[in-house]
Amino acid sequence: MKLYCLSGHPTLPCNVLKFKSTTIMLDCGLDTTSVLNFLPLPLVHSPRLSKLPGWISKDGTINLEKRELLDLSTIDVILISNYHCMMALPYITEHTGFTGTVYATEPTLQIGRLLMEEVVNFMERVPKAQSATCWKNKEIQRMLPGPLKDSVDVWTWKRCYSMHEVNSALSKVQLVGYSQKVELFGAVQVSPLSSGYSLGSSNWIIQSHHEKVSYVSGSSLLTTHPQPMDQSSLKNSDVLILTGLTQMPTANPDGMLGEFCSNLAMTIRAGGNVLVPCYSSGVIYDLLECLYQFIESASLGTTPFYFISPVANSSLEFSQIFAEWLCHNKQTKVYLPEPPFPHAELIQTNKLKHYPSIHGDFSSEFRQPCVVFTGHPSLRFGDVVHFMELWGKSSLNTIIFTEPDFSYLDALAPYQPLAMKCVYCPIDTRLNFHQVSKLLKEVQPLHVVCPEQYTQPPLTQSHRSDLMLELQPPPMPYRRCSVLNLPFRRRYERVYILPELANSLVPSEIKPGVSVATVSAVVHSKDNKHTLQSVPKPPPVAPSKKRKRVMDEPPVVLAPKPLLSGAVPLEAFLATLQKHGITEVKVEETADGHILHLQAEDTLIQLEEDGTHIVCDNNEPLRTTLRDLVLRFLQKL
Amino acid sequence: MPEINVTPLGAGQDVGRSCILVSIGGKNIMLDCGMHMGYNDDRRFPDFSYITQNGRLTDFLDCVIISHFHLDHCGALPYMSEMVGYDGPIYMTHPTKAICPILLEDFRKITVDKKGETNFFTSQMIKDCMKKVVPLNLHQTVQVDDELEIKAYYAGHVLGAAMVHIKVGSESVVYTGDYNMTPDRHLGAAWIDKCRPDILISESTYATTIRDSKRCRERDFLKKVHETIERGGKVLIPVFALGRAQELCILLETFWERMNLKAPIYFSTGLTEKANHYYKLFITWTNQKIRKTFVQRNMFEFKHIKAFDRSYADNPGPMVVFATPGMLHAGQSLQIFKKWAGNEKNMVIMPGYCVQGTIGHKILNGQRKLEMEGRATLDVKLQVEYMSFSAHADAKGIMQLIRMAEPRNMLLVHGEAVKMEFLKGKIEQEFSIDCYMPANGETATVTTNPSVPVDISLNLLKREMALGGPLPDPKKPRTMHGTLIMKENSLKLVSSEQALKELGLNEHQLRFTCRVQLQDPHSDPDTLHRIYTHLKSVLKGYTIQHLPDGTVMVESIVIKVSSSAEDTNAKVLLLSWSYQDEDLGSFLSTLLKKGLPSGLC
Repeated sequence: MKLYCLSGHPTLPCNVLKFKSTTIMLDCGLDTTSVLNFLPLPLVHSPRLSKLPGWISKDGTINLEKRELLDLSTIDVILISNYHCMMALPYITEHTGFTGTVYATEPTLQIGRLLMEEVVNFMERVPKAQSATCWKNKEIQRMLPGPLKDSVDVWTWKRCYSMHEVNSALSKVQLVGYSQKVELFGAVQVSPLSSGYSLGSSNWIIQSHHEKVSYVSGSSLLTTHPQPMDQSSLKNSDVLILTGLTQMPTANPDGMLGEFCSNLAMTIRAGGNVLVPCYSSGVIYDLLECLYQFIESASLGTTPFYFISPVANSSLEFSQIFAEWLCHNKQTKVYLPEPPFPHAELIQTNKLKHYPSIHGDFSSEFRQPCVVFTGHPSLRFGDVVHFMELWGKSSLNTIIFTEPDFSYLDALAPYQPLAMKCVYCPIDTRLNFHQVSKLLKEVQPLHVVCPEQYTQPPLTQSHRSDLMLELQPPPMPYRRCSVLNLPFRRRYERVYILPELANSLVPSEIKPGVSVATVSAVVHSKDNKHTLQSVPKPPPVAPSKKRKRVMDEPPVVLAPKPLLSGAVPLEAFLATLQKHGITEVKVEETADGHILHLQAEDTLIQLEEDGTHIVCDNNEPLRTTLRDLVLRFLQKL
Repeated sequence: MPEINVTPLGAGQDVGRSCILVSIGGKNIMLDCGMHMGYNDDRRFPDFSYITQNGRLTDFLDCVIISHFHLDHCGALPYMSEMVGYDGPIYMTHPTKAICPILLEDFRKITVDKKGETNFFTSQMIKDCMKKVVPLNLHQTVQVDDELEIKAYYAGHVLGAAMVHIKVGSESVVYTGDYNMTPDRHLGAAWIDKCRPDILISESTYATTIRDSKRCRERDFLKKVHETIERGGKVLIPVFALGRAQELCILLETFWERMNLKAPIYFSTGLTEKANHYYKLFITWTNQKIRKTFVQRNMFEFKHIKAFDRSYADNPGPMVVFATPGMLHAGQSLQIFKKWAGNEKNMVIMPGYCVQGTIGHKILNGQRKLEMEGRATLDVKLQVEYMSFSAHADAKGIMQLIRMAEPRNMLLVHGEAVKMEFLKGKIEQEFSIDCYMPANGETATVTTNPSVPVDISLNLLKREMALGGPLPDPKKPRTMHGTLIMKENSLKLVSSEQALKELGLNEHQLRFTCRVQLQDPHSDPDTLHRIYTHLKSVLKGYTIQHLPDGTVMVESIVIKVSSSAEDTNAKVLLLSWSYQDEDLGSFLSTLLKKGLPSGLC
């Protein structure tokens, strides 16, 4: 069993597991941090941005964390754990010869589609006059300024996919429910488990009858909107692949949420606007829920909240229909029946408004001071670019970063100098090191595989030994492009004995509680399932004229003789011989046992602890009798 | 031989109070727990004393599964769990869990508050009963205990209707509940994978109907409503808050849109308004089309259907009103009925069953003069129509499901005996499987023949696979030999050598040596060579070697030649073989005793 690691990004994993002749890709996260190397894509022409020195105003290229470690067309299935970890799907399923199936839960598919749609929309609505690729050439790249020169593997950076490719990729998705058991080619069974991180997010169990691999990716033990994490099903794993821990191990999500609210209120009270760059699904639901409770107490009742995204409406609507995937509290609301998320009420009371973009209705209904939630969190494209340009110059305004995926300083770089206040409240609900070590103690996997980043403290906090995984045996670290041999020894496989054969078996007790039976059977293997059937009886030999020659035909051996075990006790054997009329026996003791001389028959039987030797000439009936008598004392295996 | 027993307590050759007991692999499961709408006495509920005479059922049932929210499938649940006594898990889907208590409460009100019956379950009992419910998701495999697992499939009959696959070891049963194999206006079609259950328990309401009669009934309904509206009449549709009401609303809403009709449609206020929310929140359970477009246009946000106010009833001109309750026994629907009953232009459409004693029941039986409270009588002049809209699979659909699931046996419930008989014949003829149709209290027994799962040593399996070559040869089946070790509950199949090792046993070698006298006027090496040539010609397909140390080996049998000192022509052949080669050894000794054929060179 092998694990190919295609991504070095611990929270945007992409691993390929080869297990029992199936090739399973685990997630395909898209690392978009490379967009920080590009200039923002303004919605309206910005003279300032286009005049920045030394930057080529090109955009929209996205880094694909892949290398030709293996042929993508050989991948049988892709298992998706959550909607953030599927953004590279079109790159893998399209134009690579991929013919397999993608498995994901319904919320993951629907919200994943929205997120992709949003990115495509952001890119396509600002068409570029020209685009360049020559700079990706190593020779030219060397001469480029700044961080671009030092970026690795720029040739792997790819253009953003199109909506057509997204649709085609998503048409390959097969929906699954939590704890559903999906058979892959009869060889492997995969099953998603609730991971508690986002709507429909899952960890995966990949198992056969004798081996079990758990894939843990983006899990959370905090009580937010999704169904709680299913921990007990992870027990008894041979290998546990651990990815997607929190990117902010030192930031407590609850504390950050509090800070978010107080900063928001402060800015509004002072007459400023608040900009929240965010993804259009996920933490935003929790932010809105938190604000719902907070609005009245902070007397923000009249402040307009805007959510601007091409998929804002869909995201809000979809969140309300996945009751099965929500935490217990929200589920019970549906039974009343009430929408599970309170943002329905915010919309109904006109406190929250959503728009597809800043164009159209928004421009006429827009009132300040206000709070705007919009994407993209990288500040490189999407409507957020416009608000940065609009509000950046005033110190009354505040930008609050809640998404942990991008370094906020890098994100802000092209907008400098900036008068706007910046608040960094990254909210990452995924497992922290404390929670994960508790979890591992609970589920007791034999081996843990994880990104190498988790095996040492973060570079900036090298003294914090609590910010790493310490396990016994130590975890097997992986980095991008490594290929791990997972410590597995497959020793058994499941077969099914058909009832007819099972009934014909004759068990004999060897030791108390242990019985054995010899089995001769025909193996039928179909779809990786093996069944054992009785050996068909040979067709009866038609009585032919050559009957007398039958003795010349060599015997047809249907089943080999079993192995023998045990020993033949002398006294009992002599008594048996006597019973069968063999009385003249001369017993001679040797170093290893006895030699019995059957004088009347001129036959020797050599009895030893681990062997019996019958020397008998020209008397086949006697020989077979002796054989059967000896066999009586032995066990057959 | 293991067997599966199925006993219907209700719905055996009958429709109503569905309740089927299944015993499989030592587990007892109750499928549905419904009430019979046609009875007011004890026969209303299934006879739980069949399970036990004294008291609670908890010890006798491993779980209860409810297929959907119709009262003939869940109406006896609070009675069973709270009054008879059952504390184990009750499984149902999320929508069923949401809607079922509302219908139960509705029904309780009719029976207790209106008809004054005592000894019926209370509101609190409904609540307590629902606390025992564990929600099921589609396709989720739920482990009831270590051995019993259940899995729900989409059934399409009503919102949240499910079929269940029940599995213990390698034995399994599928129960369909009520299902529909053709997508309708708001629901999708039932689907199941090729799970090959030992028994498929299917409803058979429309066992003899072949064409999709639902479309016809819908057309009929729309035509009647349309005609009444055209002639300026008013249409009253008494409904229960949930289920059929939403379906009819969608039907009228789309019809109104298509025909561009202007007459108002009203929905009586209160619960019904709220009820639409259930459909909005459980939109993932509706059909593909509704699901796909719900963000742009939610089918359950009706444009033409407005909330009703009691003053509207006196408005002139045509209108359609949905009003609760569905049996015209009280409330708004009865008030409106009283107002409109005198006009023959008007119409009342009863889309569901009515309990005896209700006005609904009376007018459906053709009664035209009704006695109202206080000696007043009411002349019924308006038209009365009855229309059933339940979506069930027809005979074609049932056959289609059998083809999907490929069961080994079939069992019919929830239908009339005569119709079942017909379908049974058809199934047995077309699929050559046994088909059962037990009556209530009768048990159908199916013996199963499960294969035995065993862990085979990978070495042994691989050795066998390698011997067989890369491709299986159908003419020459590969035979595998091994030893099955049975220890406690584990079954392991390993090679005999490994079995000896694992059990810590010594191998005992049993050998035979046999001398054969032979007259052969050649030198010893020549005789040996002649033997070699002889055996080569007789034993085809065996490994025969002439070794340089003066022996011939046939497989592992050793043959040596020596001559006696006196007569060099009298040869002695020494054969030696182990017990494992017994058949061949015995054959060789007999063969060689006959001497060598003279024609050998």
